[in-house]
Amino acid sequence: MPKLEKRKIRVLLAKAGLDGHDRGIKIIAMALRDAGMEVIYLGLRRTPEEIVNAALDEDVDCIGVSLLSGAHNVLFSKIASLMKKKGLTNTFLFGGGIIPEDDIVRLKKKGVAEIFTPGAETEAIVRFIEGAIAKRRSTRERPF
Amino acid sequence: MPRKNEEKIATEKNRWLQKTVRPGLNELPERLPAFTTVSNLAIDDPLSTPADVVDLEYGKDLGFPGEYPYTRGIYPTMYRSRLWTIREFAGYGTAEQTNRRFTYLLKKGTTGLSVAFDLPTLMGYDSDHPLAEGEVGRCGVAVDSLWDMESLFKGIPLDRITTSMTINAPAAVLFAMYIALARKRKIPLSQLGGTIQNDILKEYIAQKEWIYPPKPSLRLITDTIAYCVTHLPKWHPISISGYHIREAGSSAVQELAFTLVDGLTYVDACIRAGMKIDEFAGRLSFFFNSHNDFFEEIAKFRAARRIWAREIRKRYRPKDAQSVQMRFHTQTAGCSLTAQQPHSNIVRTTIQALAAVLGGTQSLHTNSMDETLSLPTERAVTIALRTQQIIAHESGVANSIDPLGGSYFVEALTNRIENEVYAYFKKIDDLGGMVEAIGQGYPQREIAQSARWYQQAVENKEKIVVGMNEFTETEEPIEVLKIGPEVEKQQVRALRERKKTRNRKRWEASLNKLKQAAASDENLMPFLIEAVTAYATVGEICGVLKEVFGEYKEPALF
Repeated sequence: MPKLEKRKIRVLLAKAGLDGHDRGIKIIAMALRDAGMEVIYLGLRRTPEEIVNAALDEDVDCIGVSLLSGAHNVLFSKIASLMKKKGLTNTFLFGGGIIPEDDIVRLKKKGVAEIFTPGAETEAIVRFIEGAIAKRRSTRERPF
Repeated sequence: MPRKNEEKIATEKNRWLQKTVRPGLNELPERLPAFTTVSNLAIDDPLSTPADVVDLEYGKDLGFPGEYPYTRGIYPTMYRSRLWTIREFAGYGTAEQTNRRFTYLLKKGTTGLSVAFDLPTLMGYDSDHPLAEGEVGRCGVAVDSLWDMESLFKGIPLDRITTSMTINAPAAVLFAMYIALARKRKIPLSQLGGTIQNDILKEYIAQKEWIYPPKPSLRLITDTIAYCVTHLPKWHPISISGYHIREAGSSAVQELAFTLVDGLTYVDACIRAGMKIDEFAGRLSFFFNSHNDFFEEIAKFRAARRIWAREIRKRYRPKDAQSVQMRFHTQTAGCSLTAQQPHSNIVRTTIQALAAVLGGTQSLHTNSMDETLSLPTERAVTIALRTQQIIAHESGVANSIDPLGGSYFVEALTNRIENEVYAYFKKIDDLGGMVEAIGQGYPQREIAQSARWYQQAVENKEKIVVGMNEFTETEEPIEVLKIGPEVEKQQVRALRERKKTRNRKRWEASLNKLKQAAASDENLMPFLIEAVTAYATVGEICGVLKEVFGEYKEPALF
């Protein structure tokens, strides 16, 4: 078996929606960086179009979106469908915020890989991303 | 000399540590390798004695309630004459829905109103703006125009109740609507009491709901303050807020330091705008967080009053005693609540509310147990309200003024917080003041680092959060308030219908005049009042001002 040289995991983080609560996403950005990932943080109030276009430009492995305003049903669905439309099939979407359980079920059906809610540990988020990417890379065997 | 006595106590304490404490520690060591507050302030000393407050001079550092430096409270009789105002922050859905919640709260014994606006309103967008999609009425009440304001306060006597409005970048616009509403009801403006938050600096620092760059934003603030000086003497035109700084993850010291520097920045701006210190300083108000660490919070509130009184006196030499008195609202810490075992949040809130009362707050909001999950249900908000009533009427803590004053520990902690706040004053001064410091991302970075520290402390169990990282269990979900998508549809439809009924000439003229005034240095309040009276919307008005003022852009740093 040829040994694949692994590139660093690239993560795009953004706040969607109008709320300015960036405490969580900044902590996650720091934790992912400390775990050896490359983090691109877009900042506050990014539209679905801006997020998906940035993901294309930056060639990221995953997109993490934080949203605490209550607009998650509208915005996560939009991001997920734009990702499909623009062919971002090798990139997955995960999210975080104050999101009720039944909405999480609905959003997962629409293509959101995972949603983290208050109390989630940064370690768990790191493990989730690493696990999901390892799974994808082993099935794709895309050499870097 | 009293100092001799304290030296003796210090020697005796050393003896006590060696002879009495140490032998027992082998058998029963301390529980933790290090004791810290929730803000990571070290509590190394197990016992405070008079030796820890050896430099405290009663008259100079504490004084009497209602007298300089107000450490023990700003009123001579405090809660013995009048309890703090029970002011529950409320707002969701349409103005009609929130009006029903207000009426409910008043019936249950709340003594002041506090309006939570939705995010489009807070950002100066109308409900039909593309960026408002999915946000209308979710985090607060949707207010697009004076029509909504009329529904919001239907049946509520504006001259007999005080209203606080949490609104910042578009504060002057919503304030203009409140004034226009009072005028329509023929209530003299001099009778209106209440508060607008109107604190943009903490938006750049922490809450992040800004519109314009700092300079025009400060001008809007000095315009509202100047307008109140002349027309609304009972109104608090600003509520300088540490609450959001703390929620963003700061320590107690950072919360206080950044808020006080913000306050001094506003005072400077008012003086530069031509006002005299005694005209406005007595109308400034503050807003703090009350977190879990009981004594740290109490010490913070006491230090806050003392530093403010001293700094205003030293820097501006006011003649009126009111000018140096810090009055403040408190809200218990939303960020301390857990989504796990939400009923435990009732207990957290009780402890925090008690700290606010022992710290001498003028008004108080207690969070509901379900607020990490959604806006509160009626049932949850009633328990929050009852919490305050129990503290007020059953606990006995309101019988005596500043009952913790003189506690060696509390006084020493008050001094320590004061010293650490002054260290931040110096750092921010060295950076060229708060506006400069914000431009360099300094307070934002300090807060993010504190937030990271706390998260790590929770994850490695240095800090225990009951129900989250210890004493966990699986449980049934509780009932939460749901706001359906029909609210947005209804609000957008109403907005579009109502726009058609406006007097187009008057509406257009009012916006043109506003634009001209914005480009000059005239006070904008009369122009804003005319525009809202002509039913110009929040989005239209903020749009006109954006054309003149431009927009703030934040560098996305972490």
